[in-house]
Amino acid sequence: MQKQLVRCTINGKETETYVDVRASLTDMLRNEYKLTSVKKGCEVGECGACTVIIDGECYNSCIYLAIWADGKNIRTLESLLGPNGELSDIQQAFIDEGAVQCGFCTPGFIMTALEILESGREYTREELRKQLAGHLCRCTGYENIYKAVEKTLKKRKAQSANK
Amino acid sequence: MYDIEALYEATSEAEAIRLMQQYPTAKLIAGGSDILIQIREGKLAGCTLISIQKLDSLRGVSMDEDGTLRIKPLTSFSHITKDPLIKKHFRVLGEAVDTAGGPQIRNIATIGGNICNGVTSSDSGSTLVAYDAITELTSPDGVRRLPIQEFYTGPGKVALKPYELLTAILIKKESYENCEGHYIKYAMREAMDIATLGCSVNVRLSDDKTIVERMRVGFAVAAPVPIRAKSAEAAAKGMPVSCKTINAAAKAALLDVSPRTSWRASKELRLQLVEELTKRAFEQAIILAGGEL
Repeated sequence: MQKQLVRCTINGKETETYVDVRASLTDMLRNEYKLTSVKKGCEVGECGACTVIIDGECYNSCIYLAIWADGKNIRTLESLLGPNGELSDIQQAFIDEGAVQCGFCTPGFIMTALEILESGREYTREELRKQLAGHLCRCTGYENIYKAVEKTLKKRKAQSANK
Repeated sequence: MYDIEALYEATSEAEAIRLMQQYPTAKLIAGGSDILIQIREGKLAGCTLISIQKLDSLRGVSMDEDGTLRIKPLTSFSHITKDPLIKKHFRVLGEAVDTAGGPQIRNIATIGGNICNGVTSSDSGSTLVAYDAITELTSPDGVRRLPIQEFYTGPGKVALKPYELLTAILIKKESYENCEGHYIKYAMREAMDIATLGCSVNVRLSDDKTIVERMRVGFAVAAPVPIRAKSAEAAAKGMPVSCKTINAAAKAALLDVSPRTSWRASKELRLQLVEELTKRAFEQAIILAGGEL
């Protein structure tokens, strides 16, 4: 089968591999790099479980061809892992607020939450709902997810004010 | 893995056209939010693709010397919404495309793809027809320009000839200057949904803000392709800024539309929406333009 070289940065590490041109970015991240936080859900860009950050913006990696990743900077949930396996603030907030039940949607939600947290601006609940609308969760009812993101936004704001 | 027979990646516009000549049955893929899903669904399974995703020369918004807004086809919806030129001169387009899908979709979906797929429910189409957008089409024979209304030829069909590439969407200065617009998408959900009906109205008022100098209205899902409602526009042109004018234009819009019943909504509901959304969008456009009702 037709293969193509894909050079990209994944979670801060420069990588290169030959991928099948038919592969989605989800396929490449899971199969070549074993980054299994990137979930295969609907595979048609509806559920958001496969969300990753590419050059600072969130994408559904299931509807993104792996070959397009060439030259890109990609981040998955694994990039949040602390040196001794610690959780990041947003992951801890998801746990504390009961925003995780079965957990399948969680990595995707956290990637979008990360884009929100790193935007450096404030959000109303309405704006947060809109920003997180590309993810489906069949367990939590979303309320606790909004709370976890809001809580982390506040916490980070307070931290940067103290600096 | 996608069921793709072969994939060729273009590194320039000229190469894209050359690849189209070499592989006449191949499908062009830009952002992929339609094509890849149709491959998954089986409709396009086994197809050959020519990817133009990496052609950065076809990305972004700029202004020509004569003030024409030049929207390149690979610009993503989210980049259109954020673009300073769009915010300043064509804000309604940024708002319209911000209603499509969800954030991740708006990061990958391109405006060119949204009109080249020829679907009537496109969130950009109604606003583009309402602003007399002009498509710039490039082929080995050269470059030609076609009004967007002529670009749409039927459901899922556009006037692109074989080996022809959409290279820009143009909005003339005369079209956006002193003009304010408003788009309303009526759908069952606030996100990740397709319009049951879309209505985009824009107005240019007289200097004293009392007369409707020009009103244009475009619809999504009110006909097989995005359309203008010329009867509504004629009913509003030159009339005083008033509720009476708004109501008359909304009634007249019914003469120009031909919605159908689908699983999303009945023809009757869509007709009601045509009238009601025209009123609401017209009213909002007048307020944005500084008029009082």
